[in-house]
Amino acid sequence: MTAMADLFLPLNPGIVLILAGVIAAALPERTGRWFVIAMPVVMLGYLYGVDLGNHAPIAFLDYQLEAFRLDALSRIFGTIFLISAFLCNLFAMGDNVDRAQRAAAQIYGGSAIGAVFAGDMITLFVFFELAAVASVFLIWARGTERAYRAGMRYLVIQIGAGVILLSGVLVHVAATGSVAFNHLGLDAPGGGLILLAFAIKCAFPLLHNWLQDAYPEATVSGTVVLSGFTTKLAIYALARSYAGTDMLIWIGALMTAFPIFYAVIENDLRRVLAYSLNNQLGFMVVGIGIGTELALNGAISHAFAHILYKALLFMSMGAVLFRTGTVNGSDLGGLYKTMPWTTGFCVVGAASISGFPLFSGFVTKSMILTAAAGEGHWFVWLVLLFASAGVFHHSGIKIPYFAFFAHDSGKRPAEAPWPMLAAMALTSALCIGIGVYPEPLYALLPYPVDYVPYSTYHVINQLQLLMFSALAFTVLMVTHIYPPELHSTNLDSDWFYRRAAKAVALSAARLIDRSYAAVTGWLIAAIRWAIGIARRNFDPLGVVGGNSRIGSGVVWISALLLIGLVAAYSGS
Amino acid sequence: MTQTHHAPPAGEPKRWLDDKANVRKIIIALFVVCTALFFADAFYEKHPVHWLEETFGFHALYGFVMCVGLVLGAKVMRVFLMRDEDYYDRDG
Repeated sequence: MTAMADLFLPLNPGIVLILAGVIAAALPERTGRWFVIAMPVVMLGYLYGVDLGNHAPIAFLDYQLEAFRLDALSRIFGTIFLISAFLCNLFAMGDNVDRAQRAAAQIYGGSAIGAVFAGDMITLFVFFELAAVASVFLIWARGTERAYRAGMRYLVIQIGAGVILLSGVLVHVAATGSVAFNHLGLDAPGGGLILLAFAIKCAFPLLHNWLQDAYPEATVSGTVVLSGFTTKLAIYALARSYAGTDMLIWIGALMTAFPIFYAVIENDLRRVLAYSLNNQLGFMVVGIGIGTELALNGAISHAFAHILYKALLFMSMGAVLFRTGTVNGSDLGGLYKTMPWTTGFCVVGAASISGFPLFSGFVTKSMILTAAAGEGHWFVWLVLLFASAGVFHHSGIKIPYFAFFAHDSGKRPAEAPWPMLAAMALTSALCIGIGVYPEPLYALLPYPVDYVPYSTYHVINQLQLLMFSALAFTVLMVTHIYPPELHSTNLDSDWFYRRAAKAVALSAARLIDRSYAAVTGWLIAAIRWAIGIARRNFDPLGVVGGNSRIGSGVVWISALLLIGLVAAYSGS
Repeated sequence: MTQTHHAPPAGEPKRWLDDKANVRKIIIALFVVCTALFFADAFYEKHPVHWLEETFGFHALYGFVMCVGLVLGAKVMRVFLMRDEDYYDRDG
């Protein structure tokens, strides 16, 4: 028994949370709610009680699995995932989630945490896929046909990425004999496949649309949970195994710029947030691609800050959806009158994502920009600057403006329930806390931080960028140039599989159908023709079948007899 | 525009923002802040990482121009990419 305990202890906190999810499903409603809120807090205490190092090595076949690797990189991601799980569970208490959804959220978060602490690629793969399967229930729990279909598409893509990951791992293991999950790079055996799998999970350009497709279809609290884990787990995996891969700099830059155009014209405000989530991931990918200590610190701390402010924004829009039944910009407006607290928290999230001084985004994103400029990536730096202004434009202004101000929609919903307000208040406090006093976050980073965010020029430059972005918004609104919020669908890369591939498949099916009909038609015609000939010859008036005279029958029988004789004799 | 402006329900107290004059005040305040920030460029030591940053008011001008470009670009995208809300729900 002691040997068994030594083998698995100290336990990976992710496994504990997964088990907690299973237990929560069996607990009475009230107990279950508080149980899942308490568990991440307990696990956070536990995490900081365990020494850094590789724990729980398990021999599996010929390979050495590391079920719990605790180093600076995995610890900071584990920390923010646990904080996020706590905040999400608190928020979900206001959303009246059922047991299945509560259990799914714990198993999903637990799997993501398990994956972060995985020291080998087999454990990583198992947790990654468990996360994919558990998370789809947060989408399906919405209970609509739309959500069901979006969930299916999401699942197919996530599992597809998992299969690619497994293929890459197998290629890698076959070539190197090692399952250890460390730096890979593109040149490593299976490196391309593994990168592709992470790229899908991280929503790289053109591989991204599962995110904007599925996240806005999830439940009120489901979207908040989803926003935290999958993509940031991919960021962790990329930081671990592909730091310094040049290609990522350009891909990341494209990721920051490309989704914001969509965000401007999107009506569903949770989908707007999904686009800006994609844009924020781009900043992190750039940091990982640059790969210097400053850039990696920037990417990792930005992931930390991002999980919080993105959750906060999704919480505020979730609260709006919960109270009004819609998050379409075209149907909202003026909600600040009856939801003042939610409005305030949303503005904190908006200021944080925009990188206003004294808010979290400012002290993290700027490290990535400084690293990009410092390494001489001028064009990328300009793109990041554009994306920074753009994110304020669509996330910082558009979200709070169209939901809470703009035209008075006449809606007078009640303020969000207290657990939602409590979750938003705590998240807001963390966003401001990190912005005002970033040192504790910096101390958690894998590399020593020699970076001062609050310098005169940096603060002024950032304020100039943001306030003139606000000015642009105002001028365009006043002059009515700004595109109005409209009920619409904007085509994105999912068009290729939802429409183009479907159309190709349907026309292929039609072609097969028509060809089959044509071929069988010809065959039937041929058979009819043969029957016609037979009938003509064998019917009572035909050449063979006719029996107008007895003599002709005798002639036929004699002929047959003759053939029979010739055949018999020639054979002997 | 699909938005319709609803008058506040009868008996509801008028908010500060309901007064158009106050919205105007906010816009004027924004203009004042922006002007101040633009000319602030003359009063601090720059640490340009790129020659563009040496341009007076670079961050301000860049932020404004790029955001206008962003919105105009997105408007053009609408022409090509916008479909009905139920586009994917229909068969075809």
